[in-house]
Amino acid sequence: MNNESAADAAFDGNVMAGPLSEVFAVDITTAQGRCRGCGTTSVIATLRVYGPDPGLVGRCPGCDDVLVRIVRTPDAVWLDLAGLTSLRVAVPAGVAGVPASSGGDA
Amino acid sequence: MTVTRGFHGRRRDSDARLPPGQHLTPDFPVLSAGPTPLVPRDDWELIVATEDGTRHGWTWAELMALPSEDVTVDIHCVTSWSKLDTDWRGVSLDTVLADVDTAADFAMVHSHGGYTTNLPLEDLLDGRAWIAYEYDGDELAPEHGGPARLLVPHLYLWKSAKWVREIELMLDDAPGFWEQLGYHDYGDPWREQRYQGD
Amino acid sequence: MARTAIPGGLSARRAWRSATLADRRPETAQAVTLVLDVPDWPGHVPGQHVDVRLTSEDGYRATRSYSVAAPTDGDALELTVQRVPDGEVSTFLCDDLRRGDTVEVRGPLGGWFVWRPGQPGPVLLVAGGSGVVPLMSMLRARPAGSASPFRLVYSARSPEDLLYREELARRAAENDGVEVGLVFTRSAPEGDRRGVGRLRPEDLTGHGWSVDDAPTCYVCGPTGFVESAAAHLVALGHPPERIRTERFGPSGP
Ligand SMILES: Cc1cc2nc3c(=O)[nH]c(=O)nc-3n(C[C@H](O)[C@H](O)[C@H](O)COP(=O)(O)OP(=O)(O)OC[C@H]3O[C@@H](n4cnc5c(N)ncnc54)[C@H](O)[C@@H]3O)c2cc1C
Repeated sequence: MNNESAADAAFDGNVMAGPLSEVFAVDITTAQGRCRGCGTTSVIATLRVYGPDPGLVGRCPGCDDVLVRIVRTPDAVWLDLAGLTSLRVAVPAGVAGVPASSGGDA
Repeated sequence: MTVTRGFHGRRRDSDARLPPGQHLTPDFPVLSAGPTPLVPRDDWELIVATEDGTRHGWTWAELMALPSEDVTVDIHCVTSWSKLDTDWRGVSLDTVLADVDTAADFAMVHSHGGYTTNLPLEDLLDGRAWIAYEYDGDELAPEHGGPARLLVPHLYLWKSAKWVREIELMLDDAPGFWEQLGYHDYGDPWREQRYQGD
Repeated sequence: MARTAIPGGLSARRAWRSATLADRRPETAQAVTLVLDVPDWPGHVPGQHVDVRLTSEDGYRATRSYSVAAPTDGDALELTVQRVPDGEVSTFLCDDLRRGDTVEVRGPLGGWFVWRPGQPGPVLLVAGGSGVVPLMSMLRARPAGSASPFRLVYSARSPEDLLYREELARRAAENDGVEVGLVFTRSAPEGDRRGVGRLRPEDLTGHGWSVDDAPTCYVCGPTGFVESAAAHLVALGHPPERIRTERFGPSGP
């Protein structure tokens, strides 16, 4: 079946930074996610994002599969990351077992 | 609650034909959760799959051969816009489902591009739902769901799946694309059933 | 999870903060710079944005993203908002928000589309319309005498639509490694040799800037503009991993 795209995604993953900050303590938009469908690894900020309503839908730049969905209802954030096999979140380097003491960016 | 002085937001109108929390829009906003699928009519097919695996299919030509209806209805989007007196042409689901034997109570509607939405089967019957292929006298444009979309105007518009390709009949309810993420399983605009628990 | 030193703690970053309008400066007939006073603002990196939330008396809420237009300056947060016809939030911010009025902001947000002062190498900034806002924050954060040359290619409808027009002319005239190339899509100043028209590949290569200089490229603006500008950069041979984009949404330039 012909699946050509006739419209481009309105946003990129940068726009998910605010809603994701309600759930995660670190900035997930700089994390690398691996697509369950095609195996492409992408920085979350570079996902092709549709929305914002009824919800944000972040798709793989490689295959357009859904990687992230976020819906904000009046009293909850609904988050689906099932399209990702993994999420690599860089944290400040520290000696193993010893918490790093600095490196946090605004 | 921090109120911003003078901010009212988009005007919410009061009109007896407007469900609570809705406002009127003169245009036809396009909300998309993914790339717009371009489905050639030559390849188009509608499938109805019953709970025992039986599949009924209609090609585009077969759909066109079914009796069609012109309907004028109000549509209500969960993102709070409503549009009154929209004109559509399509085939009633009573016609499509007339010869389908099923004990199902629910339907999962599948679209090209992967979208899904769930509804009680009875809401697809009794002249309340159509496979629509014309809007305002013209072929239904791809961004509005063409070649054909579901039209179930008595529920919020996310139930009226664009680019419909299959109606899967189910004994038990299961959540669709937005219903998995907090949207209401039924979605009655008059009861403001936007989110689960509403 | 490692502990990181984030000013104000993690909860401060997530929380909505009250922000009071301290000043407003018209930039063009259709855009205004808002200076918000945000007590205990933790600071931000050039390129980051905030979410702005407006709440009406009856509890209705609308949230939109706006880039920060200037580097960290205490509790002062500068945003530049371009009026979108019939836009719910931009028209309110441009026309109705008065000094002393309160909105809520969340941020700073987004650690990808950023330029950190001290980051080495040349920088190519490509802006369409209001997409110049986060790029201006980067330009303004560039220290005087910096070894990193900056070139801004800025596409606007007409000279009257240029944001920060005088400041850009001044920065370009300083001979301090900042170049500004202007592209007009609807009407150009009299005698402009380029003429009007959408961004072309040659707009991105002028002034001796080439792929060999290996600039980090930041592209920002309406979605259609970003798509085509990024495609031009890739076609010119810029490696995709050195191109960072931020799409503001669907609209004309
Ligand atoms: C990360 C990020 C940073 C941003 N930074 C800035 C900034 O610094 N300055 C700035 O002025 N804007 C910025 N924007 C855009 C801003 O968030 C809003 O989209 C814009 O102000 C329009 O909102 P609105 O409520 O006025 O319009 P809406 O009421 O949301 O929309 C009105 C109409 O305009 C269309 N529309 C939607 N979005 C846009 C858009 N971005 N441009 C034009 N038409 C649109 C809609 O389809 C609708 O028909 C940014 C967006 C993002 C994602």
